[in-house]
Amino acid sequence: MHDKTISQLATALRDGEFSSVELTRHFLDRIGQHQDLNAFVSVDEENALAAAAAADEKLASGNADPMTGIPVAQKDIFCTEGLRTTCGSKMLENFIPPYNATVIEKFIAAGAVTLGKTNMDEFAMGSSNETSYFGPVKNPWDHKAVPGGSSGGSAAAVAARLAPIATGTDTGGSIRQPAALCGITGIKPSYGRVSRYGMIAFASSLDQGGSMAQTAEDAAIMLNVMAGFDERDSTSLAIDKPDFSASLNDDIAGLKIGLPKEFFEDGLNADVARVVENAIDEYKKLDAELVDISLPNSKLAVPCYYVLAPAEASSNLSRYDGVRYGYRAPEYDDLEDMYKKTRAQGFGAEVKRRIMIGTYALSSGYYDAYYMKAQKLRRLIADDFDRAFEQCDVIMGPTAPSTAFNAGEKTDDPVQMYLNDIYTIPVNLAGLPAMSVPAGFGNDGRPVGLHIIGQYLNESRLLNVAHQFQRVTDWHSKTPEGY
Amino acid sequence: MKLNKSEVESIAHLARVEISAEQARAYAADLSSILDLVAQMNAVDTDAIEPMAHPHEAPLRLRDDAVTETNQREKLMANAPAAENGLFLVPRVIE
Repeated sequence: MHDKTISQLATALRDGEFSSVELTRHFLDRIGQHQDLNAFVSVDEENALAAAAAADEKLASGNADPMTGIPVAQKDIFCTEGLRTTCGSKMLENFIPPYNATVIEKFIAAGAVTLGKTNMDEFAMGSSNETSYFGPVKNPWDHKAVPGGSSGGSAAAVAARLAPIATGTDTGGSIRQPAALCGITGIKPSYGRVSRYGMIAFASSLDQGGSMAQTAEDAAIMLNVMAGFDERDSTSLAIDKPDFSASLNDDIAGLKIGLPKEFFEDGLNADVARVVENAIDEYKKLDAELVDISLPNSKLAVPCYYVLAPAEASSNLSRYDGVRYGYRAPEYDDLEDMYKKTRAQGFGAEVKRRIMIGTYALSSGYYDAYYMKAQKLRRLIADDFDRAFEQCDVIMGPTAPSTAFNAGEKTDDPVQMYLNDIYTIPVNLAGLPAMSVPAGFGNDGRPVGLHIIGQYLNESRLLNVAHQFQRVTDWHSKTPEGY
Repeated sequence: MKLNKSEVESIAHLARVEISAEQARAYAADLSSILDLVAQMNAVDTDAIEPMAHPHEAPLRLRDDAVTETNQREKLMANAPAAENGLFLVPRVIE
């Protein structure tokens, strides 16, 4: 039953093929059998089974929702009341949130069953899951490979079918890059679509929660649950949300696909390029038109991001001071020493690097040269997309420049690690929605993702375009051997 | 852009992160390579460009000035590293 999509699971639950308790038990057993992947930080067996039993009653009464009784893995960045929420950090190793994130509340209200919390790069800062305090996650396709990051635990869990769906968050590619590296489907919605309330902050002008699933159809069902206006998030958009499933089956003949030349230049592995070109050929067969476009400033997105994201992070993470919650150093001389030792011991190396870069960029005398300069570049990068979308409906390219790299390969060189996100970062800077869809495999047998970027607030079109690809290909239903 | 050890130590102080002399040297190399990456921004003239702080251009929404949260003092204090009588305990700051 673990190979079914949630749309198939919903039908099976209604038909009485199995109960939500049986389904939940099955996934909990699989999580237990595959602990070596290290995809989960916490598993909540007791509450999961209780929620499943409640879902079974609702199913029996005949008024179940599409998500009723469906198990879900939650990224450990979403606060869960009474269930430890670590954000992958020693700083929050024992943090028990007193409230639920809006996203969590919405899943509970929809009748979903929380299996547990997935591993992630510390405070979502990383592209390989190697910065987690709780140890790296393995890629189910090849245990030597990283699963990507920061939502690596969620991606590995869905790829290994330890959970049918999982949540993720994406600040610079943290849903799409691990989705690509693990061969699953992920969507980062437009900025403001999904509430950030109770989602632990990294870079507030970029962070956005989204769905990770086997298919675009499932990602749409999830987004129907997750999206919507929330008074408690001042950046939540007060607009109606569409039914993201409604237009999945629309014909895409005549769709204009923009291909930015910058996404197919140096730095892209040849076998990834081959897979992406084959995927685009499939769209040609579906009568889509290809349009050559240019995003000239996208090349500067990585430098721009590595000012803005650390600057926002240095401010957001100042709250971890050992006073109100989280880790406190056991020994110190005075208040300042307590702050310094707490933060030195509670944060890992990459988080400290980014806090320091951000502190420097915001410090007196450097603000204009770094932070202001980066904000101006951000405008140019966003304007490039506006111009491109005058010529096309969606933009396509590779999600990541290579297939999953080996664990340890890039840990000594932060800049090499950052370059993994060259295609995903421009999208966050502009606040646009984008997806990664399984498109094939590299010569090393590791998955490749097709990156599809949509127009602002047009997730429906994006999901439609991805779903039509999945109707004529079966890359999304491939599973790693042994799972 | 090359940061030296003492510059890194002053950044670490601003960020309230304790670092050893050895770590300061390692961070100086790491942070310098990140700043070299960041320096690529200078290739583009941005003089007349309006900075973009956020994907939404609209001002932040305001809410009514009304009490919406209930008192959850005990629940919130439960995560405190050190607390006494419903107060957070910190090292003495006033002699």
